[in-house]
Amino acid sequence: MYLFTYASVGYTRFMENFDIAIIGAGVVGSAIARELSKTTARVVVFEQHADVAFGISGRNSGVVHSGIHYKPGSLRARLDVAGNAGMEKLCRDLYVPFERLGKLTVAFDQSQTMELERLKEQGDANGVPGLDLLESSQMRTLQPGIAGIKALHSPTTGIVNPMMLTIALAEHAYQNGVSWKFLHTVESITTENHNSFIIGCSTLDGFRSYKASIVVNCAALHANKIAAMTAFNEHTVYPCRGEYYVLDKRLKDELNILVYPVPSAHSGGLGIHLTKTTEGNILIGPSNEYIDDPDDESSTRPVMEILKNEGNELLPSLQTSDFIRSFAGIRPKLTPPEKGGYSDFVITSQPDLPNIIHLLGIESPGLTSAPAIAEMVTGLIDNRLPLKLKREWKPSFHDNDELYRRAYPASHYPLAERQEMIEANPDFGSIICRCEEISKAEIVSAIKRMFGPITIIGIKNRSRISTGRCQGGFCIPRIVSILHNEFGIQSKDIWLKGPDSPLFEGTLRQSGGYHDT
Amino acid sequence: MTPDAILDVLVIGAGPAGMAAASAAFEHGARTVLLVERDNRLGGILFQCIHNGFGLYRYREELTGPEYAELDIERLASSQVIIQSETFAVDIVRDDALLRVLLIQRGKADWVCTKSVVLAMGCRERTAGAISLPGPRPSGIYTAGSAQRLMNIQNIKIGTRAVIVGSGDIGMIMARRMTLEGSSIAAVTEIMPHPGGLARNIHQCLHDFDIPLYLSTGISNVYGRHRVEGIRIAPVGADGTLEDARGRDIECDTILLSVGLIPENELSRKAHVMLDPRTQGAMVDARCMTSIPGVFACGNVLHVHDVADFVSEEGSLAGKSAAIWSQKPIIPRISVPVSCGQDIRYTVPQKINEPGDIVISLRVLKPRPSCRIIVKQGNRVLAKKSFIRLQSSEMVRIPVTIESIESVEVVCETT
Repeated sequence: MYLFTYASVGYTRFMENFDIAIIGAGVVGSAIARELSKTTARVVVFEQHADVAFGISGRNSGVVHSGIHYKPGSLRARLDVAGNAGMEKLCRDLYVPFERLGKLTVAFDQSQTMELERLKEQGDANGVPGLDLLESSQMRTLQPGIAGIKALHSPTTGIVNPMMLTIALAEHAYQNGVSWKFLHTVESITTENHNSFIIGCSTLDGFRSYKASIVVNCAALHANKIAAMTAFNEHTVYPCRGEYYVLDKRLKDELNILVYPVPSAHSGGLGIHLTKTTEGNILIGPSNEYIDDPDDESSTRPVMEILKNEGNELLPSLQTSDFIRSFAGIRPKLTPPEKGGYSDFVITSQPDLPNIIHLLGIESPGLTSAPAIAEMVTGLIDNRLPLKLKREWKPSFHDNDELYRRAYPASHYPLAERQEMIEANPDFGSIICRCEEISKAEIVSAIKRMFGPITIIGIKNRSRISTGRCQGGFCIPRIVSILHNEFGIQSKDIWLKGPDSPLFEGTLRQSGGYHDT
Repeated sequence: MTPDAILDVLVIGAGPAGMAAASAAFEHGARTVLLVERDNRLGGILFQCIHNGFGLYRYREELTGPEYAELDIERLASSQVIIQSETFAVDIVRDDALLRVLLIQRGKADWVCTKSVVLAMGCRERTAGAISLPGPRPSGIYTAGSAQRLMNIQNIKIGTRAVIVGSGDIGMIMARRMTLEGSSIAAVTEIMPHPGGLARNIHQCLHDFDIPLYLSTGISNVYGRHRVEGIRIAPVGADGTLEDARGRDIECDTILLSVGLIPENELSRKAHVMLDPRTQGAMVDARCMTSIPGVFACGNVLHVHDVADFVSEEGSLAGKSAAIWSQKPIIPRISVPVSCGQDIRYTVPQKINEPGDIVISLRVLKPRPSCRIIVKQGNRVLAKKSFIRLQSSEMVRIPVTIESIESVEVVCETT
């Protein structure tokens, strides 16, 4: 539910007016918002969901790609390599977990070996540092037991927590003055003149209109719907689903480095493979399936079977109880199913309305590229509306409260550090999520940090609650109590991910019930 | 207790197993017994089990979960067991002959040193991920035990119309509970051809309330992007896969999962306790000692029980053994396996190493019509027990007297 009522302040009297409106609060929209927060421009972000990273940005492998797979000179090559280079510092500045694990792209036969050599040349041309072709013995020192005859080692490949990256970018932008409008679905964009637009949104409180001089469309799966509102119909977005399985952290040491097969030329993905999250869960996936409905994030029985079999083949020590969760994300592809493969990102001012900038087909490596995309889009905006840096921009988070902002949960750190945290705030010793050992202090902090509606998934993305092997069976009832006791939120008002997904119907009796945390 | 004091017995978890273990340890001469519990009250899961059916074997009367817990709490109160609630045990290491356990609680995180540890952490529920529940991820999907806590302790109405996936005991008990609270239960489904829970629960929770139970039925889809709107159930075909074409849709706003329990052995793994893949609990001898000297296990963390009374009995045994160990640690020289013959899924204990009266707990692999369970050493029959019908969900307990340390074999014969 909403803790704040900021969204309804004064809208009846005048139409809120912004310089720049960003549509879509994924990692790209959030990165652009943060980049623009450095300037004096008045920026707003419209998001149909209740939080950032509720679409594809929160549903992917979290891999920071090195840049070997993209055609030299393409946007994907340039933006990926630039994004990768800056990721470590960005993540350090914003307390986001990032690890440069490196990656092996493995060849199993002679024809694939030739493809590896081509990938290396392409990577070198793209400026990917440190690429090396390894023989099988060298491969095995990096990942014991690995099959294959040759591999391309890309040491700059990394992993990031994509939800936390998006949240950190957005939150930093928020602290630096960007306005966020959640549960705002953009329904219409009308042109007042070439540099003034009225953006109509459906919201919980009915239809609302806002004014902006520049519109940035980074609505991913819905970007062509937004583009159609200003009659920009040159591209079609084809939803392509990727399903994953999440494995128990017990297996985290089974994978030291990311291992990918050589991609086949026509597939629109990099093949089902194992990756690891920054928290140590191995992911199996993603599958690659064109679908009609851009919002159908279903896991499907046939694909789950494939993923399970794949996992059992790649990880012999896998047990049935290690499969803890499945999920799906949907790529916004510009290549139709009959063609497959990839096309380059489209990032462009609309020719007849140059104050509207469209970002289309930002699929992989969109996560890696996001910071570089933000800089590029800021440049495009600056051409239309000269931007001025603001002096009061703060390069790091500035909180009034004592908030927990470290990259990993408190349980990740040595006991002495943990004891210091407990000393400062005893609630660091109250464990609420047993599987991930997340404390009450971290959960309360995550809730206080939320600058939009409070949702369970939002708390989860910020604190890692319920991501472990019991999937919330233990902590969700206790988090319900924290929301009740510390924030005064009644059970009927708790949302899983938005107003249409209430956790409960209400209470059984008018009063009573024991909320201990 | 001073910080550097060495405990005789540390019991982890104050459910029925841990409470019985702590009391028994004290009653058998352990001087310093510490019982740690992660919740803020004792009783573990008993507290949310407000239905009756507890205590029939132990007290010969029918109690509710909280009443049953209360008797153990009183017994603890009359002892000098030290109780520390809202405390998580997060790590165990061996330190020469002693054990060190990292305890975290509000305001404090520190190691304690102990001569013995009783693992009594219970079990957790299998989740949607574990059974590959397909579909999107709407709200309204809960494990039956979480739903039980939300309803019975936190006064929460979860939904109006539910389908219960899996016929475990908690699922069936929740079917009755939700019906009594005015929600309707459209169906209980079970992927196996036989029910997962006790026969008494099928009668008292489903039949008595006209709730249909569909056996050999799986879930082929879940509907609803935001909140659950329905579920598609489908029969299991001859090849073991779901026949979606023969399925049907049921409207509901809630799905409860009662699809099995997993012993909660993450802490045991940290202590390098050897686990039995069949029970997913520790391998123990007849006094409940694990592969790590001084570490004992009992209750649902050892193997999932069907009746709380036997959890308590096992807890008492583990507590007593830990107390004896803390006074006189003896590792027997020879240990021989208890092996499972055809159709026996597992036994606890998995090994024996000293003579005495013991109870062998076991489950059969699949439901059996008329049969006999025989415990023997070589050709010598130690015990036998006949059944008119035996469910694979039902735990069988057979008392035997061990006189010589020779391999024991348990077999199931059709009669």
